[in-house]
Amino acid sequence: MKIPLYHYDIMKEREIQQPVDFNRHRRLKHTDKTFKAEISSITTLTDMEKLFHLRILDEAERERFTFLPGQFVMLEVPGYGEVPISISGSPSNKGLIELCIRKAGTVTGVLHKAKRGALVGIRGPFGTHFPLEKMKGYDILLIAGGLGLAPLRAPIFAVTENRPDYRKVDIMYGTKDPSQLLFDYQYEQWRRIDGVNLHIIVEKADDKWTGDVGLITKLFDKIEIVPHETYAIVCGPPVMFKFVCAYLSKIGVPMDRMFVSLERRMHCGMGKCCRCNIGSTYTCIDGPVFDYWTVMNLKEAI
Amino acid sequence: MLFKLLDKDEFKNLVNILLQSNEVIAPKQVGVNVTGKTLHQYLPVTSFDEIDLTYETTQYSAKTYFLPYKENLSTYRFDEKDWKQEIRYRQEPRVMLGLHACDIHALLKLDKVLARDNFPSPYYIARRKNAFIIGIDHEPCEGGFCRSLGTDTVNNGFDLFLTDLGERYFVSINTDLGYRVLLQVKTKDVTEEDTRKYLLTRKSISDAFQTHVNVQNLPNLLDLEFESKVWNKWGQKCLSCGSCSMVCPTCYCYGVTERVSMDFKSGAKVKQLYSCNLVDFATVAGGHNFRPNRETRLKYRYYHQHRGFVESYDEPKCVGCNRCGRVCLAEINPPDIIRDIQMEER
Repeated sequence: MKIPLYHYDIMKEREIQQPVDFNRHRRLKHTDKTFKAEISSITTLTDMEKLFHLRILDEAERERFTFLPGQFVMLEVPGYGEVPISISGSPSNKGLIELCIRKAGTVTGVLHKAKRGALVGIRGPFGTHFPLEKMKGYDILLIAGGLGLAPLRAPIFAVTENRPDYRKVDIMYGTKDPSQLLFDYQYEQWRRIDGVNLHIIVEKADDKWTGDVGLITKLFDKIEIVPHETYAIVCGPPVMFKFVCAYLSKIGVPMDRMFVSLERRMHCGMGKCCRCNIGSTYTCIDGPVFDYWTVMNLKEAI
Repeated sequence: MLFKLLDKDEFKNLVNILLQSNEVIAPKQVGVNVTGKTLHQYLPVTSFDEIDLTYETTQYSAKTYFLPYKENLSTYRFDEKDWKQEIRYRQEPRVMLGLHACDIHALLKLDKVLARDNFPSPYYIARRKNAFIIGIDHEPCEGGFCRSLGTDTVNNGFDLFLTDLGERYFVSINTDLGYRVLLQVKTKDVTEEDTRKYLLTRKSISDAFQTHVNVQNLPNLLDLEFESKVWNKWGQKCLSCGSCSMVCPTCYCYGVTERVSMDFKSGAKVKQLYSCNLVDFATVAGGHNFRPNRETRLKYRYYHQHRGFVESYDEPKCVGCNRCGRVCLAEINPPDIIRDIQMEER
């Protein structure tokens, strides 16, 4: 005698038969299917960072891939590994994914050796985004320290491309020394936009540097901030955004109008591997973009 | 829920029928420890005699069959500059026989994270839906504090659930499949007397619990006592070996690595269960470690179990099986830590 047990075939589920779309969080999907993409262009930014332009090969997948500033992708180099990288490009530039990547480990190391035309895998986009809708009609502070300009570049694009939606825009950027400045070829372009001010500071000047020297908070001396009319996006190492947000908070900018992007180890991007978990908060799902009040309540965030 | 009575001989018949055409996983004695206590594991069995349903607990939880220690998330076939990605999910049905209530509760908790929340996991769901689960009641295990967590009894998450009434089993039938499977053997209807016997058995089991822990106030308390010295005390003992997470029925965290075959023709993206107590758990690119100290890592384990999970799902992640306490080489016993934290309050 035989008892035929229920044989469940997950491939028969309607949801899983739909094309993979990571923006539909709750839909059953092939969570580890990557979109094959080619490196279409590589721009060297500094000794340590390069900007990669990726183009998803499949046309339908490329059409479906939409993201909002602040989100990230999981970038896989088969055989090497998978890493979370925030998207640096413009959300309006369809089909092109720009990733600014520092050479820091196995996967990023091999990417820095990769040539144009090489194939990589992409999953995403994942995570929360900067609330640019809510920021409309306000003064905007866009503040980056070091590699923080990589995630900040996406909202810079979003704000400058939709200039009439926002009031005064101040971009503040600081690095250790002039050799570490990212995207230096774009500064002139940003500066020339009406009502956009770019302020740059380095901690240690070299012979050629004629700009400001000091910590990024020094730049606040030059900027007029109307606390209740201002939204801020702050990207950088914890020690930097801690001081920046403390200053803004002191002058009266509400903490829930300051947004930071946290960095954590991630192995999935989908709230499963727990590596980015801080208590009950998953940086990959509840973040990486958090308002500063939430960050203050995450015991270990800073 | 429907109820039936099943004579033990008929139960043996049922298991033999199931064994004929299905993979059956059941508790099996694997050895004896230094104090003479028998050790059990959930293992594939081929005959009824291998199964020991009187087992106290298993060293590993049933999680192993739903979240295997290691699995391929995808495989790659490389061809010059190009590659082909392949993804497969487990499809064969499998009988999980003799699970205790805590292990079934653990699966219900895992369901919340892996089957129902954001990004449901097809790997987990394929295994979960292909599992035919037969649970069984048991006397409290040593050190187990499932009663304090409300996981000593279970109302769903299984197909059949057995309660030993001596000569026969009192069977709770929770699914249509469970009912149909039971039709293959002879069962009896439940009389009033049987129900009384069943309730008495249940009562004697629940009265037998020795270990009690108050977990109600933990979510708030863990926030208040975040800087407590209790964490240093227990953290100093911790060897950061990660054994607790391996045996835990609800720990699901993992790491991903990639493997390449020796001839470079194929590769795999391999998922391997991890532990938040391992030293590099939160190390990011560039080398910064958000949790360099073992006391911090130990604390975050409790933070997730008794605060984080509660915030997300209104219940602790812990089921009180105390496998982690039993396996710990440093004798870190969860009820002791919880009591210590609560002492801080006074």
